[in-house]
Amino acid sequence: MYNLIFWAILLLLGYIFGTIAEKRHFKSIREREEKFKMLPTIMLKKPLNADNIKEVKLVNGNVVISVDFFKKFVASLINLFGGNITAYETLVDRARREAILRMKEDATDASEIINIRIETSSISKNTKSIGAIEVLAYGTAVYR
Amino acid sequence: MIITNIENIPNKEIVEHYGVVSGSTVRAKHVGRDIMAGLKNVFGGELKGYTELLSESRDEAMSRMEAQATSLGANAVVNVRFSTSSVAAGASELYVYGTAVKVV
Repeated sequence: MYNLIFWAILLLLGYIFGTIAEKRHFKSIREREEKFKMLPTIMLKKPLNADNIKEVKLVNGNVVISVDFFKKFVASLINLFGGNITAYETLVDRARREAILRMKEDATDASEIINIRIETSSISKNTKSIGAIEVLAYGTAVYR
Repeated sequence: MIITNIENIPNKEIVEHYGVVSGSTVRAKHVGRDIMAGLKNVFGGELKGYTELLSESRDEAMSRMEAQATSLGANAVVNVRFSTSSVAAGASELYVYGTAVKVV
């Protein structure tokens, strides 16, 4: 009985704090994306034009984001029936956008960032559960 | 040392290739961080400790790759790729590799 109560409290805490954290994070991501709108990030391997390039440099940004208890619970429920796990979709979405933003913050004076690669890996104690995901974004910053 | 993940360096010419250079580190998280991460698994959010740990390890791997390239006589590394794999439970390997070249 006590176990069940403890579990329910964890679930509630996860839901409340997880939702607040996610909303706050998405807000800050949107604000910073607006700020860095003028810095193009492209997948092409060549710079837009090869004239007067002063320097090129590898830049990267990474972030580790953990799932909360509520998301884990929802995912395990959906696992029974199959279907989209929206809880995890928003998690990886915000991790990727955050990693790209950090990469851009690493290269604020650049005129563009080319050949962007994004890599995702999961960090966990046992290999079964997601636990946390790490996203790394890297590219070549071009300075003019 | 110029490091890029594109195949060439703009406005520079590659005069010599030295082959693949790489650097890797295997890191485990320490107990204090693990406990904090366990707490965060309830509340969700960013694990700042891990983010720092991984980016430090990646810098370490990069500097090992640079050292290898320097010892070969290269002055640039092009086409750099990162790769992450979990070696054992609780430890992850960060691997960086690229082509060492000399540019003028």
